[in-house]
Amino acid sequence: MKNLWDIFKKGLIVENPIFVLALSLCPALAVTASAITALTMGLSVMFVITANNVVVSLTRKLVNPKVRVPVYITSIATIVTLVQLLLQAFAPELYKALGIYLALIVVFAIILARAEVFASKNSVIPSFFDGLGMGAGFTLALLLIGCVRELLGAGSIFGIPVIGDWYDPALIMILPAGGFILIGYLVGGFKMLTEYMEKAEAKKGDR
Amino acid sequence: MEYVTLFISAVIVNNFVLTKFLGLCIFFGVSKNLSASIGMGMAVTSVMTLSSMLAWVVYNFVLVPLNLTFMTTAVFVLLIASFVQLLEMVIKKQAPALYNMWGIYLLLIATNCVVLAVPLLNAESSFSFLKSVVYAVGSGLGFALAIILMASLREKLRLADVPKPLEGLGIAFILAGMLALAFTGFSGMITL
Repeated sequence: MKNLWDIFKKGLIVENPIFVLALSLCPALAVTASAITALTMGLSVMFVITANNVVVSLTRKLVNPKVRVPVYITSIATIVTLVQLLLQAFAPELYKALGIYLALIVVFAIILARAEVFASKNSVIPSFFDGLGMGAGFTLALLLIGCVRELLGAGSIFGIPVIGDWYDPALIMILPAGGFILIGYLVGGFKMLTEYMEKAEAKKGDR
Repeated sequence: MEYVTLFISAVIVNNFVLTKFLGLCIFFGVSKNLSASIGMGMAVTSVMTLSSMLAWVVYNFVLVPLNLTFMTTAVFVLLIASFVQLLEMVIKKQAPALYNMWGIYLLLIATNCVVLAVPLLNAESSFSFLKSVVYAVGSGLGFALAIILMASLREKLRLADVPKPLEGLGIAFILAGMLALAFTGFSGMITL
């Protein structure tokens, strides 16, 4: 049980897909102008990555290694189409807001990377938790960016105004430029955080 | 005239990297040096143009008549990935000099969001064949413009004193933000 928790946990901070691995950055900027689209995107990716890890792990002994990448891509494309159709049916407004970026989940490097690095070598249950952890890390990162951008750029979170009328929204945060700059600082912050954690760990070891 | 505005809009006003955030992985990965980014810009432009043509034919003559448009994403991904592989083989055999110049970039863009996005956008806005091509060329050149600008900036950055935690990716993002801010000045110039 401990092992599974470790597998799940590493996606959250140590190997956070966005801030540390710097994979799949496109959606991190494109859909994070508001918190709700960021959350939907994160959850969709979490679903795709977990489902794909399970599929890849189940079929890992059947697939010839030479054709594995096309097989992974087909599997991912199928799952993404499923998500597209579901969102279109049950949440048409969100589907519209996410637009083309939803279809582009197909080519997110993080999904292919997890299939290649983890699911193709491990059994189903660890692969499931790996996908869940990576997806959760991705969702958290997206949600963080989305909340900060919406808070500073529109004075609200999830469409609910939280700062009073006195606040003059900084429009730049909703514009592309603000997204880039914010992520730059967050990446720096994350680097400091992981370095600090490593130092603390090393100190513990000394004692 | 319509084509000219579409072209300018794709290159500058709706620049794929700086306003639509597509192709960021390559954008940050390759822009460390100038010559590599010129090669990448060329590779992306040509692959984008060719795959948009191919995707247009498949979409309008296969997917639409058969009512299979819900499979567009899956079909396009496989189509483009296999097309790029094929292109790589042909170039390797027929034009080794060209292959040495930008062969390695080809595989990197086989499954990439910026190359996939253009055919998808073309299909979504049901552009004519000529319009699709103009849009693809414009988007590719826009990408090349952004990555070349970025590489020139990053080469200058080597001489700068960057705070330690921001070294590498952090400062690259902030720089891209400044560049995006400059491009924001063009917004609203052309509305499509």
